[in-house]
Formats: sequence, C-alpha cells, structure tokens
Amino acid sequence: MKHRALMFSALSVTLGLGALALAQTQTPALKKGLKITLLPKNVNNPYNVIQTGGGLAAAKEIAADAKVVGPSDAGASSQVSYINTAIAQRQDVLVLAANDANALLPYLNRAKQQGMKIVTMDSDTAPAGRTLFINQANSEGIGRAQVQLLGKLINYKGDIAILSATPNATNQNTWIRYMQEELKKPQYKDMKLVKIAYGNDDDQKSFTEMQGLIQAYPNLRGVISPTTVGISAGARYLSTSPSKGKVVLTGLGTPNQMRAFVKDGTVQAFQLWNPADVGYLAVYAAAALASNQITGKEGESFAAGKLGRRTVGKQGEVILGPPFTFDKSNCG
Amino acid sequence: MRRLRLGWEATILGLVVVALLVGALLSPDFLTASNLSFLTANFSEIALMVLTMTLLIIVAEIDLSVASILGMCSALLGVLWAARVPMPLAILLTLGAGGLAGLFNGLLVTRLGLPSLAVTIGTLALYRGLAYALLGDRAVADFPPAYTNLGFGTVPGTMIPIPIALFAVLAVITALVLHATAFGRSLYAIGANEVAARFAGLRVERVKLILFVGSGLMAALAGVVYTFRFSSARADNGVGLELGVIAAVLLGGVSIFGGRGSVVGAVAAVFLIGIINGALTIVDVPGEILTIVTGLLLIGSVLVPNLLARVRARRRGREAVG
Repeated sequence: MKHRALMFSALSVTLGLGALALAQTQTPALKKGLKITLLPKNVNNPYNVIQTGGGLAAAKEIAADAKVVGPSDAGASSQVSYINTAIAQRQDVLVLAANDANALLPYLNRAKQQGMKIVTMDSDTAPAGRTLFINQANSEGIGRAQVQLLGKLINYKGDIAILSATPNATNQNTWIRYMQEELKKPQYKDMKLVKIAYGNDDDQKSFTEMQGLIQAYPNLRGVISPTTVGISAGARYLSTSPSKGKVVLTGLGTPNQMRAFVKDGTVQAFQLWNPADVGYLAVYAAAALASNQITGKEGESFAAGKLGRRTVGKQGEVILGPPFTFDKSNCG
Repeated sequence: MRRLRLGWEATILGLVVVALLVGALLSPDFLTASNLSFLTANFSEIALMVLTMTLLIIVAEIDLSVASILGMCSALLGVLWAARVPMPLAILLTLGAGGLAGLFNGLLVTRLGLPSLAVTIGTLALYRGLAYALLGDRAVADFPPAYTNLGFGTVPGTMIPIPIALFAVLAVITALVLHATAFGRSLYAIGANEVAARFAGLRVERVKLILFVGSGLMAALAGVVYTFRFSSARADNGVGLELGVIAAVLLGGVSIFGGRGSVVGAVAAVFLIGIINGALTIVDVPGEILTIVTGLLLIGSVLVPNLLARVRARRRGREAVG
C-alpha cells in the first residue's frame, strides 16, 4: 500500500514536471556556444578557484565556451584590464567576483554598452554595474549565523575578534556589519568585540594577524574569520599554539581545508555553502540573461541545472541558500 | 657611448612596432581602436610618473615613494570631496600636498645629504601610512561624473584616453625642458659627474630639490587621474606602481647611475611594456606570466647594453693590439 502511494506520488510529480516543461516551451532555449569569461578576485584564491570551477562545470552542461582569467593580486584596479580584454574579445557574458564596489563601474558600463551581460557572484559591485548578483546566502543571515555559532561555542562570554580579508572586500564588510548588529542583542552582553584584523586574504598575513590577536588580547575567547584563507591560516597557527583549546576559532571555511583541524580539535565548527554551486548558479543565470529568458527583473525565474529553478529577488539578487554548519559529525 | 644609447632607443621603438604586429597576429581583436584605447589608458598613471622619474634618475637620484604619494593624494582628494570642498579647490590642495611630499623628500636628500634610495624607501612607508590615516579602510566613490569622465573618457571625436592626452602634452614639455634648455643640460652634467658640475658652478642642490618637488607634483597628478579613472579614492590605490615606473625608465635606456637617457626612450618603454601586457592578456596568458615577462624585459634592458659595450670594448682592444 505504502509502495503504491510512493509510486503514485512519483508519477504525479513526473506528470507535473512534464506539464511544467510544456508550459515553458514559450521561453527561448539557452543559446549554444555562448562566450563566457569568468573573472575571480584573483586567480590564486582557493575559494574563487572552486567557485569558477563550478562555473566551468555549468558552462560544459550548456555547451558554452567559458574560460577563467584574472589578476594575481586582489587589488581593485587589477581586474580592469581583464574586463577591457573581455570587451575586446566580444564575450557574451562576464561573471565576476568584484574586488571593489565602485572602481569597476565605468568599465562594466562599457561592457554593457557592447551588449555584454554582467553577473556578479560572491562579491558584488554597486547594482548599476551588473544585472544579477549571485549571493551565496543572504548577507544578514551569514553575519548573524556566524555570531550565533561563536556565541554557542564560547558560552556567550569573553573577548572576541574578527579576522577578515581585505578592508575593502564588500561581502566581508557587509557580514561584519550584521555581526555587529547581532552582538547588540542582550544574550551577547558578556561578549566584547575587541578588534577587527585584516589578513588581506593572504595566508602568511592572516597567520601573523591571528598570532597578533592572541598575543594582544589575553582574554580572547573567540575569533570569527569569515574568509576561507583567514580561517585556515588562523587554524594552522592555533593548532600549534598554547591557546589551542582555549581560543575558539570559527568562520567560513571549506571542508577540505578544515578537516584536519576539526579532527585534531583546533576547530569545533565552521560554516559554508557550496562555493562551486555559486559559480554554477552564476553561469546558468548569465546564460539565461544572454538567451533572453530573463531580463533581471524581480520575480523572474530561470532553470539552473541541478539546482532547479531559481527566482530573481530584489535588485537582481539571486540567493543560493542559507549557510551550513560543519562539525565533527559531518566533516570528520 | 652616445651612439649606443640612440641605438637602444631605436631598438625599443622597433620593439613597440614588433609587439603591435605580434599582438595583431595573436588576436584579431588586438589592433582595434577601442582595445588600444583601453590598453593605453591602463598605464596612464605610470606614464605620467615616468616623466619626472626620468629626470631624477638622470641626476642619479630616485624616488621610490611616488606610488605612495599617489595613494596619499587619492585618499586626500576623497577626504576633501567627502567634506564638500569644491572639486577644483580639492584638486589644487591635493596637488599641493603632493608637492609638499616631494619637497620633504628633496630636503632630506639635499639638506641632510642622505641617499635618495634610503630616504624614499622611508617615505614610501610614511606616505602610505598617511594615506591610511586619512581614509582608513573607507572608500570615497561618489565623485561627480563631469570629473570621472575626465578619468575614463576619451578626447571627443577620437579614441585617445583623456589621461593619455594630458600625458602627451606633459611628455612634450618634459622633453623640451630636458633636451632644449640649459636646465636640462645641467641634469646630464650633474648625473655624469656631480663634483665637476659643482665646480662648474651648477646649483646642484637647487636642481635636485626642484626635481623632487616635480616628482611629488606629478605623483599627485597621477593620484587625481587614478581616482577619477576608477572613480574610487582609497588608501591602497596604486600600491606597487613605483616598480612599473622604474622598470619603464630603465628599460627606456636611462642609466641607473645617472648622466644618460632621454624622454623618448622612457616613453617608448612605457608603451612597449603596456603593449606586451595587453597582447598577452588578450590571448589569456595568466597574470603571473605577465609579471615574469616584465621582469625578464627589465633584466634584459640592463644586460644587453652592458654586453654590447663589453663586446665593443674587447673589439677595440683587439684592434689596438693588432
């Protein structure tokens, strides 16, 4: 009986999907052979590499001609020549993680004038610079979730610090603003944010900043590092320091980077979404734009391969999903 | 020796043509007006600072703080604009600050007799620090379009970026000053032999002071251009640009020991490096390779003339013996 119910529901889902597919025959098909440039913040950033990897995978699914190019440093102006090159090469689509919210605008506008579709992922420009922004999760959700996680881990008591990326990284700064908002709630009254340090998304700098934080603040109980470069460098320092077990480190990290530190007890829990899915979603969104399936208006939706249909939110924002917490149970 | 230098400049100019041709062969999108326009706009700040750096290196001095002055002035322009100072006044004050920074460098070198290499390594950190003190991690971005258009616009009716047009005017002036005035000739004399220049009655300190102030002013101007071009004033603007400036000056045949070099050579070298970078970028060569190529070019520019000189000296020696 149960079996039959299952069969029946499976059948109805299939029929439903079929009907949906029929209903959507009006929308134009994805164009084949779209020329897509993926522009990460810098090419040596492991997080961005996973992201653009997801983008390339999506491009393969839709038979697009995609490539990853980018500067070797994450300076604001370093991306400009790559945008100009994409213009000269008459690419159909530019998917980028912006190093600066404003510095790229005039160049992105030129690209738009030539008919190129601009989609940002992970780190946005001012909305005028792009049509869609693929956000891994709602910024507010990430910021607050990070503080909630740390609060739980340190029993809502003690000095805390933030180890961020560059002082100008738009995504990090937005999260930090929401972290500070969250900290105003009464349950955090015994937690004091003593310092925001910047490791510039550089492994060594992050390592020494973590060292500096621990030396400068003897009552430090917890550190949030909302960057995959920062949290792994911080964990590396912590794992060999006498503060291991006393200072709690959490933040945004990838399971691969953090597995060893979770195993040896340096880190109890951290959060992330699937960065490859961010790039994957961005390429599907960009292809939908370039194929005139959508224009970027709020409420429009498009098919995003294995991620299903996604809807465009306010100001062209498309959200992947809430952050996910990794700990010993799922990252051992 | 003079013939060798002229030969070097001709070589660089020839290489510019070769680089353009190779770029055109590599990609049909390379030799288009719009791409060349982007490409040249990309090195406008370096090009501006190359002019005064050429003069300084000819008198055997150097200014490593130019990129930091650029950043400090960019930050200052942002702070002034955010405080609602009218833009023309804000620009004037910014240029003034750059001049003062240059004056400070110059006084330390001429009054205290310190080597400019050491002085400007110090002020490289000092001015960058001041930039952060002024603006911290903030960015000022809401500049009026009339001004940002000066940064990334082109001269009406052409594809020439406005900053490059500005550079062209200043390059002609610098070339005239260096190659057609007594002041210009005195730079070569000082660079070739400072003691002799002093005995000949040249006011060495004053000349050097003027050049350092000029370098600061030019870096400030580059800071204004940079700020408008990216419509973003930030303390970290232009980090590391000093290396590009010095690389171009040396590749252009200006001797690091002073006394030799020309504006034409340095300017040609800026274009050469920019065009090579642009050509490699358009065929999607990774950023690291670009840096390696620039490094190799620089080493070559020091090595090749040196080897040529040695070969000639040996040949001359042999002739004398034979």
